[in-house]
Amino acid sequence: MESKIDQVVPEIKYTAKDFASDVDVKWCPGCGDYSILAQVQRTSPEFGEKRENIVWVSGIGCSSRFPYYMNTYGFHGIHGRAAAIATGVKLANKNLQVWVATGDGDMLSIGGNHFIHACRKNVDLKILLFNNRIYGLTKGQYSPTSEKGKITKSSPYGTVDWPFNAIKLADGAGATFIARTLDRDPKHMQEMLTRAAKHKGLAFIEVYQNCPIFNDGAYFHLTEKETKPENVVVLEHNKPLVFGTNKDKGIKLDGINPVVINLNDGKHSINDCWVHDEFDENPTRGFILARLSDLPGFPTPIGVFRQYNKPTYDGDYMKQIETIKAQKGEGTYERLMFSTTTWEVK
Amino acid sequence: MAKQVQIVEDVTVRFAGDSGDGMQLTGSQFTDTTASLGTDVGTLPDFPAEIRAPAGSLAGVSGFQIHFSSNDIQTPGDSPDVLVAMNPAALKVNLKDLKPNATIIINTNSFDAKNLKLANYDVSPLEDGSLSGFNVVPVELTKLTVTALEDLPLSPKEKDKCKNFFALGLMYWLYNRPIEKTLNWIETKFKKKPEILEANQRALKAGYNYGETTEIFTTRYDVKPAKLTPGIYRNVSGNEAVALGFVAASLRAGIPLFLGSYPITPASEILQELSKYKDFGVVTFQAEDEIAGIASAIGAAFAGSLALTTTSGPGLSLKTEAIGLAVITELPIVIVDVQRGGPSTGLPTKTEQADLFQAMYGRHGEAPVVVMAAKSPVDCFHASIEAAKIAIEFMTPVILLTDGYLAFGSEPMKIPSFDELPKIKVEFRKDPEGFYPYIRNENLVRPWAIPGTPGLEHRIGGLEKKDVYGNISYEPENHEIMVNNRKAKIEKVQTVVPDVEVEGEQSGELLILSWGSTYGSIKEAIRKAGADGYNASHVHLRYINPFPKNLGDVLKNFKKILIPEMNKGQLATIIRSTYLIDVIQFNKVKGQPFKVAEIQNKIYEILGGENGK
Repeated sequence: MESKIDQVVPEIKYTAKDFASDVDVKWCPGCGDYSILAQVQRTSPEFGEKRENIVWVSGIGCSSRFPYYMNTYGFHGIHGRAAAIATGVKLANKNLQVWVATGDGDMLSIGGNHFIHACRKNVDLKILLFNNRIYGLTKGQYSPTSEKGKITKSSPYGTVDWPFNAIKLADGAGATFIARTLDRDPKHMQEMLTRAAKHKGLAFIEVYQNCPIFNDGAYFHLTEKETKPENVVVLEHNKPLVFGTNKDKGIKLDGINPVVINLNDGKHSINDCWVHDEFDENPTRGFILARLSDLPGFPTPIGVFRQYNKPTYDGDYMKQIETIKAQKGEGTYERLMFSTTTWEVK
Repeated sequence: MAKQVQIVEDVTVRFAGDSGDGMQLTGSQFTDTTASLGTDVGTLPDFPAEIRAPAGSLAGVSGFQIHFSSNDIQTPGDSPDVLVAMNPAALKVNLKDLKPNATIIINTNSFDAKNLKLANYDVSPLEDGSLSGFNVVPVELTKLTVTALEDLPLSPKEKDKCKNFFALGLMYWLYNRPIEKTLNWIETKFKKKPEILEANQRALKAGYNYGETTEIFTTRYDVKPAKLTPGIYRNVSGNEAVALGFVAASLRAGIPLFLGSYPITPASEILQELSKYKDFGVVTFQAEDEIAGIASAIGAAFAGSLALTTTSGPGLSLKTEAIGLAVITELPIVIVDVQRGGPSTGLPTKTEQADLFQAMYGRHGEAPVVVMAAKSPVDCFHASIEAAKIAIEFMTPVILLTDGYLAFGSEPMKIPSFDELPKIKVEFRKDPEGFYPYIRNENLVRPWAIPGTPGLEHRIGGLEKKDVYGNISYEPENHEIMVNNRKAKIEKVQTVVPDVEVEGEQSGELLILSWGSTYGSIKEAIRKAGADGYNASHVHLRYINPFPKNLGDVLKNFKKILIPEMNKGQLATIIRSTYLIDVIQFNKVKGQPFKVAEIQNKIYEILGGENGK
């Protein structure tokens, strides 16, 4: 019976529906999470894994309900700990493809420590950060990605904290695939998801996601047709950084300083633009790109900031186990108990 | 001239010196040699929390106590018969613990003005008569060692460092132990440093010969082998035994062991030890913090590993929320808490039993778990296997309590054969037909359905789940059903918990009820009091949640129940509230285990002049 299933499964061509669980989705109407779920279900058949080998792990928050809606294995953890739980899953079974659904509060505030250490170790996890810049589930307090000065229920006079830039944090901590996408750009998100799925190592995708209840419109300038072209630059490997409604603006790198140039001013041409190299081993340019979203007058980049190959924690761990097993042979009870000074009592 | 050998039954020796003097090594060598002669041994190191306190200071004194006997013994001994004091501070710190008339072997070379001052001695205790109640044996340990190594190409400091082997050699002579085992050990250990190898071996022999040729000891002693159960033995400390126990459990269960842990005294040795067993497929994840330690273990349990996290009190506090997650997801994990003096950082290197309440009740919501405690270093091995078995077979978190005393204490263990170990039945659900995440068997245990199994894709997590079906449910009735199920499942564990057995009379005046590491002292105290005609019975608990079925009935058979604990009465409180009976508390929170004599005196006090009649 079992072996039959094993033989049949590779033949199955999954569709998005195969990844939808039987649970009613209960996010607020208009929530950006719906789009993320739809894109994940749509792209899951392209992830190259059997359904039973995919595990979704989450922490706490609106985003962390995500695993319940996926017809894969799922684990809804506790606040902030998703990366640590997921690491345990991956170390226990290296054949699993482990995804983490998390939010800006869950992963960057209470779970910050686990996030940076999962990145540092380059555990083969795919972390999807639903960044709505607000605490939604607790009804509207500011989050570690809320912009400075933001008025929320817990900051009636405006926040005085500086926000995290999740891309900088992930790259600085050692993630090996770092990307950003938008809830309202399904095609782009699908591309990011399939590419993250194929990456070996810690893949991090920040999704700018709208919370229609507590932070409505936080990203509309980036997502709406009228304003998007002027405010978003799409990162594509080996392509110049060009943006603007008429594709008439570019970004030039002047030393280590980015400059917006007008491609129609007669002084600049497309040849002056910074050409994106997402495989750049040197983190400097990726970091400059990551900073653009914080700089007034610059467009916000979406796409893959950087990806590179580095041995994964789980890969190296399993390799070490295999090496030691090859040296010493598979452990036995006798070796466990007797490889020390022993004596006989008669 | 061969000296007279006197046979004694029972000796306690303490080696004490600066933390850099190698006292732990000296002690463990003496232990290995002594144990291998078939003598029963119990040992306890005592070292400062500071890694290297200033040399010669009172804070820097490190000790190692060995109790060896031709009887079956249970403790490292109350009070030393012999103290080897390498410097004035070691003498000062340990003097109060010695038996009257105890022998003190003193390294007189270290009793200079500087070291006396560091030990707060105004006048040398060798000269002011303060040691008159003891048999003081002054030995120029440093000088004799350096002289023996004179022609070796080593620095004076390197030669000085060999003096612990001189002391060890002298003790080997005094107690009629062979030096070969240690010679071999030095041979292996210092293979790459031939000069040091030669120096240490020579110091050891010099110490032995010094005993033989000088007149300082008129008698030497011998302790004959104990009547131990035949078998192959090895020495284990409690922490080592926990590590071995879980590897053995993993072999028995046929699934890999996963440890998620963060270093903490006095539990770190379990992590260190387990990190060696890569050939057994053991994964040790040294996590970024205590929470990640248990969170990763929960993830590994979900994915089908035998999952373990190890910690001490402060770490258990940090893991609390995650234990609740393991309770509601009903996943098998074992949490080993090597208790230390608390609260907060407290006494990190000292022992205590004050985490019982935390283990029992330290969670939000109704979150029962199985709580067990090991009673001796060797028992740490067996208790670990049992904890793993119950966690897996009941799909529940199990908290296993040990403590600093067990963790660092060591004793010989008869190595059980693999077949003697309890079987651990792992049943991964395979069949999708009729599968639901919270469908339960006769023991109310839900199926273990691990990722990678086709057709069983399901979601679990911290939100309350619908009985049987496992989808999120906020229904009032359902929550109560699930809370009751989780509670009832832990109560079902009682079916596999052996009934308590009363040691001694089955009913009578006094029962001593105990748990954890107090076992040894209490057992010896009861034996000694019994020899004086004072009879107390003994019940020692391994399972505190759930209690053994017959415990309530057993307690009713005694007029008085004494509960000695290294806390302020935690088991006593639980017993009172569970069985509505009163108990006599006997509490000690000094970071030190109970002495046999303390328990013995308590028995005399309670039974009174007429032995309770």
